[in-house]
Amino acid sequence: MKKLLSGNEAIARGAWESGVNVASGYPGTPSTEIMENLSTYEGLYCEWSVNEKVALEVALGATVVGARAFCTMKLVGLNVAADPLFNAVYSGVKGGLVVLTADDPSRHSSQTEQDNRNYARFARLPVLEPANSQEAKDFVAEAFALSESFGTPVLYRTETRLSHSKSLVELGDRVESPEPFVINRDLSYCILPAYTRTRHAEVEARIRAIGDWAESWEGNRAEMRDPEVGIITCGVTYQYVREAAPEASVLKIGMPYPLPRNMIATFASQVKKLYVVEELDPFLEEQIRLMGIPIAGGKDLIPLENELNPRIVAAGLAKAAVTVNTSLLVDTPPPAQDLPPRPPTLCPGCGHRGVFVALNRIKAYVTGDIGCYTLGALPPFSALHSVICMGAGVSMAHGMDKALHEKMPEKAQAPVVGVVGDSTFFHSCIPEVLNTVWNNGTSVLVISDNRTTAMTGGQVTPGQGCALCGQESPHIDIAELLRALKVPRVRKVDPYNLKEVEEALKEEIAAPEASVIIAEAPCVLEFKIKGVPYVVDPEACTGCKRCLRVGCTALSLTAPPEGKDKEVVVIDPAFCTGCSICAQMCRFEAILPGGEN
Amino acid sequence: MSDSTNILMAGVGGQGVILATFLMSEAAVAAGYDVKQSEVHGMAQRGGSVTSHLRFGEEVFSPVLSEGTVDIILSFEPLEAVRNCHFLKADGLLLYNTARVNPSTVTSGALQYPADVEERIAACAPRSLAIEATKLAEEAGSARSANVVLLGALASLLPIEEKVWDEVLHRELPAKILELNLRAFAAGRAQTEGWER
Repeated sequence: MKKLLSGNEAIARGAWESGVNVASGYPGTPSTEIMENLSTYEGLYCEWSVNEKVALEVALGATVVGARAFCTMKLVGLNVAADPLFNAVYSGVKGGLVVLTADDPSRHSSQTEQDNRNYARFARLPVLEPANSQEAKDFVAEAFALSESFGTPVLYRTETRLSHSKSLVELGDRVESPEPFVINRDLSYCILPAYTRTRHAEVEARIRAIGDWAESWEGNRAEMRDPEVGIITCGVTYQYVREAAPEASVLKIGMPYPLPRNMIATFASQVKKLYVVEELDPFLEEQIRLMGIPIAGGKDLIPLENELNPRIVAAGLAKAAVTVNTSLLVDTPPPAQDLPPRPPTLCPGCGHRGVFVALNRIKAYVTGDIGCYTLGALPPFSALHSVICMGAGVSMAHGMDKALHEKMPEKAQAPVVGVVGDSTFFHSCIPEVLNTVWNNGTSVLVISDNRTTAMTGGQVTPGQGCALCGQESPHIDIAELLRALKVPRVRKVDPYNLKEVEEALKEEIAAPEASVIIAEAPCVLEFKIKGVPYVVDPEACTGCKRCLRVGCTALSLTAPPEGKDKEVVVIDPAFCTGCSICAQMCRFEAILPGGEN
Repeated sequence: MSDSTNILMAGVGGQGVILATFLMSEAAVAAGYDVKQSEVHGMAQRGGSVTSHLRFGEEVFSPVLSEGTVDIILSFEPLEAVRNCHFLKADGLLLYNTARVNPSTVTSGALQYPADVEERIAACAPRSLAIEATKLAEEAGSARSANVVLLGALASLLPIEEKVWDEVLHRELPAKILELNLRAFAAGRAQTEGWER
């Protein structure tokens, strides 16, 4: 029986069916559900690693003894894991290794929309890209077979519309895992220059051999229809092409690198005009042009930025007078532009809120990081000024501090504060804090510790005392760790006490040493924290809107009560968790703890 | 393909758009259709706009819907209906919950919720049906079931038999909330009398 599965559910199923022994990853949209699903299967080891580089090294280690290893991350995670990725191509692998990157065209929840197919060509490893959930499952097994027969890591690329879309999948059984494992004390994983003199040539020969093998691989397939128009495409874009130009012949590429040169040349010779339709970079197009094959249209027709859909593909092909499904090109009104946007916001009761209200009061430049607290950049806070990558919240504050205070010894004149979350701290901030301490930095860091990886849906962290599959593990105390790193000043604050946070920030900014403030408040969403809601006394409320500056969606304005001409604030008890931040903002004692009358 | 039924659901993070989409997809699978469905998670959970795309038919290719191709928009909130109107076919139908949910940009006092949101809906969707889903859900037992009221209204317009829906609801909903949701679903079904796709 067929089952409706998301791409991510199908990939997890595929990894299990492939007999994976060890799986590792770091949460990141749109990849997170793969590891969450895989960890529910029996017969393999799964872990959330502290970051993507660690995850890939864990997986690579497993392959040394012949185990089959799978590693998942989002697009920018592969930047973090790039070092072991490139080097593992040179070392090769004994057990199968598949590294999954989940890209995010249109940047639904990512900083960039980098096209990670480029890593394959750069690092010289094959990349597979499925087009629906069935292929998402099947390609995992294909990737492991490829990895083991050529002794290479294989990159597996998915993207938002594959990972988070559902289609029907025929399930299979789990194949035998490789065993027994052996330790062979050879030096193949030792890529010292002296031992790898010939390795580059071997890597090039291997990728050429995989290109030859790809000629007969069924994941690349030509569908001959109208010989006038041939379209080369890959991934989920294949679906858009089939809908936009149903009559066109299509060469569906399942392995964007290395390409099957002969298959492409044959397809090109069988059609009158050849087009390449792909999302993001002209990755296929440039390789095909380098083969000397004439292309009638590629990125001149199809946008380079953002995700595609059938209509965009049809519009692009229509420019070249290709016969397209015209029902996709009907005139539609433009999207309404004047509506109040509905951005994601910090939840009512969120512990990050107090930190940002206080940071706004002291007018600090805040070097931020990646997590729910990144929402501090949005109005009404606008209290987070840089977001680059995980860990940068620490070291950019240090860099600014060094640049500023050569000339301006009083830190309080230009306060700079780094803000990171707990999961981000464990991910990449430990070397960064060490660097600040080592170099006698004096910057201030806030760790807004909500005890979870909240933005991606509440994955465990080393601060929780348990690991992915619920096993108990040592609870890592952040303050203890900071003291071991010799941070001169470490203190904790209650982020629901605005005065306490503000005073701590002022004191630490004035201090002539590096300091870390830990603002502890477990995530209200993940840990289902709900206190007694606060209420507004409409008589006392002057409608000054000062409380609205805390950006809480439990608060709103309502019509003026009798005898008043100004709208007053009202609190929705369904949303209010009783955190009291808005009450601390009120100058008229109009916001009171509920449940007292 | 053009013979598929295209549905777009829109709402606010936390309103149960994802659950309604899931139940709708499972019903379409149970009725024997090819199904493709797509949604964007990530930041949606934090009170942001949420949309999901759902298509079923003989053979469906794209999991993503294009503007101007949607048969039915099911909006859990009036403002989100206007925000997604351009996806509707010229003769498409828009069902929406009348209960407004202020976005953070409105609760913060920075912007106004469009007072004429119903007129805006009528202007962009010639065929629209307002449903007091939140009120009907409260009457059924909990305002949280507004998503299932809307699903009931949608179900009444689709070529999927009532007994298939019944099976799916019984199979997928926890026993604790099943009865409540069956009432909500029936209340929704009753809202579309005289309407057709």
